[in-house]
Amino acid sequence: MADIDIAEEIPLPAQQRPPVVTSGVIGWLRANLFNSVFNTILTLLAVYFLVSTVPPLIRWMFIDAIWSAPNGQACHAAISQGAGACWAFIGEKWRFIFFGRFPYEEQWRPLFVIVIIIGLILASCDRRLWGRRLVLLWPAGLVIVGILMWGGVFGLRYVPTELWSGLPLTLILAVIGMAFAFPLAILLALGRRSKLPAVRMVSVAYIELVRGVPLITVLFMASVMLPLFLPAGVTIDKLLRAQVAFILFAAAYLAEVVRGGLQAIPKGQIEAADALGLGYWRRTRLIVLPQALAMVIPPLVNNFIGAFKNTSLVLIIGLFDLLNTANTALTDSSWQGFANEAYVFIAAIYFCFCFFMSRYSQMLERTFNRGHRR
Amino acid sequence: MAVQTLATPSRPAPWRDPKIRAIVIQVLFVATLAALIGFLAYNTVTNLRRQSIASGFGFLDREAAFGIGESLIPYSPADTYGRAFIVGLLNTLYVSAIGIVLATILGTMIGLARLSSNWLVAKLAAIYVETFRNVPLALQLLFWWALLRGSAPSPREAWELLPGVFISNRGITFPVPFSEPAYLWMALALVAGIVITIAVRRWAKRRQEQTGQQFPTGWAGLGLVLGLPAIVFIAFGAPLRLDVPALRGFNFAGGTAMSPEFGALLIGLVIYTGSFIAEIVRAGILAVSWGQSEAAMALGLRPGQRMRLVVLPQALRVIVPPMTSEYLSLTKNSSLAVIIGYPDLVSIANTTLNQTGQAVEGIAMIMGVYLAISLLISLLMNLYNRAVALVER
Repeated sequence: MADIDIAEEIPLPAQQRPPVVTSGVIGWLRANLFNSVFNTILTLLAVYFLVSTVPPLIRWMFIDAIWSAPNGQACHAAISQGAGACWAFIGEKWRFIFFGRFPYEEQWRPLFVIVIIIGLILASCDRRLWGRRLVLLWPAGLVIVGILMWGGVFGLRYVPTELWSGLPLTLILAVIGMAFAFPLAILLALGRRSKLPAVRMVSVAYIELVRGVPLITVLFMASVMLPLFLPAGVTIDKLLRAQVAFILFAAAYLAEVVRGGLQAIPKGQIEAADALGLGYWRRTRLIVLPQALAMVIPPLVNNFIGAFKNTSLVLIIGLFDLLNTANTALTDSSWQGFANEAYVFIAAIYFCFCFFMSRYSQMLERTFNRGHRR
Repeated sequence: MAVQTLATPSRPAPWRDPKIRAIVIQVLFVATLAALIGFLAYNTVTNLRRQSIASGFGFLDREAAFGIGESLIPYSPADTYGRAFIVGLLNTLYVSAIGIVLATILGTMIGLARLSSNWLVAKLAAIYVETFRNVPLALQLLFWWALLRGSAPSPREAWELLPGVFISNRGITFPVPFSEPAYLWMALALVAGIVITIAVRRWAKRRQEQTGQQFPTGWAGLGLVLGLPAIVFIAFGAPLRLDVPALRGFNFAGGTAMSPEFGALLIGLVIYTGSFIAEIVRAGILAVSWGQSEAAMALGLRPGQRMRLVVLPQALRVIVPPMTSEYLSLTKNSSLAVIIGYPDLVSIANTTLNQTGQAVEGIAMIMGVYLAISLLISLLMNLYNRAVALVER
């Protein structure tokens, strides 16, 4: 009997409200959008923002858009009566935007170049292929790219580099730039950590100097000063000059990424390599670099994204990359005034490449961190 | 006697001695580098002489003979190249300084929004970051410029964003208050408010250490900093007359205008850099382990205190170094102004070197200035970093 008395004396929790429902649509809304006064205000503001921007944007892009028109005047006439984007402009100009001044009937060649480079990038993303096979695949792919772009062999017409333009040029600048910047960056990073003071000082000076100035100045230097540096009579083609500037610039940034990896190698690894009697180069090649580079793959991918975006700056020295072909397409007198359409179109192209790569880098980061996470 | 003393290790042959090898390698390295630089310098000098281009910085005193669209100091084409260069430098510093402040504010807000428990706000912030981070800045600048210059209507049909703020193809026009003597006193009151707040904070800290009693420094400081100028403002009879832009003929009169070039450059830089800063802020706050927040809650700290006293001081340690490099890259990216024709340092130096042909000097000056700015920002941020860094034994 005493048990019951005690049980009766325990006071029930005073008037407690039942826990808030967090399942179901209403519950989800309450937990994620309206869980406090402040959040409710934020939600309402966000909804207002969406309602006032998204429908007009969709109307401009799709519902009211003009998908075909004989010329720019027809588009402008329709726009003055309330039509949206003039995608007919892109329909008219897409081949110029993609391939630029490359001879019209030969444009299947840059198309293949785009496919090959995207294929190479996708193949490099597959971790099962990492290793010797990829090292052979890339030079082979780049040789084919070179043959397709230059021509002059196998009955292909020769196309000088001044006519290379559009997306293939952007991709070539980015891919070749990174491919050549990478070994240089490894040397610079090793130089920066070298025990030899002269080598270290030169590496530090180079890295800090290049990282301290904008890419534009390096491109200007390549286009204006490089011809002065060379003996009289020697000329380098404009594209190659830009490519060299690009490599030298990217190498300084990559070197800092690689240095991060080198610094993360425990000293014991180096001492163990010394104990095995390995010399500096064998120690670096067999013990240090494989571990250091594996550690910095995600930042390397991020650097690649940056380099890809930076290729758009070559328009300043007059190369016809994707951004410049779009800009040039805008100057056609019968199709003037469609800048928004052109920029949205190429922004979407850049976005696809960069977004894919950044997602890939995030995925790699998760994979590599798996061992360290509890 | 078979006792052998342990031989001191014999000196290796000279080509195996690491010390000698190191010296030889370095001498060879430096000699190769010097030969290369010498070769390039020799070529440059010969080429310059062949093309009869003058060298040296004498051109800075000559008349520039080109106009500059916007300038913070008086400038006319009759002024020297040196003055034109300073105009460009000031424009670069001006747009970078405003850009850094605005990008920090925007980036911090978006970074916090991405961590918000509000699903909609977090998703919107994520869309913002992913969109603007993955499109080249040059393209974004051209887009904003085309929008302000080409798609925006003429002043007659200008979009009125807020009362008095107009967007037209002549740029962004907004009202500014006419200057009044009261404003000087308000500025002094603001300074006084800040000084008193610092004093109050010191006193409150000492009192808390001695007695454990807390004092609402934050609210008192806010009251002082905002209240003192407000009192001065009212004491002068609230003199507020706005110079509101109004349409006169084909353009606006009154108010202050921001040219489409400056507007596009500033908007582009702020939005682009803001998306990177948002990620830095988010990563910094996520880097503070959840246990810290739980411990703060267990101590009974309110959410605001938890953020201010526990999370932020630890997050700042992670945030400051990458933030420095974002500020640096914003400053360097301001050189993209040359694409849309805003007269920044690079754009003016480019005009100069096209006119004079003195490419070496022009580029050397640009590089020198950017290096100096980079070093200065690094120095300031390193000082700040030392203030927030973990104090170790």
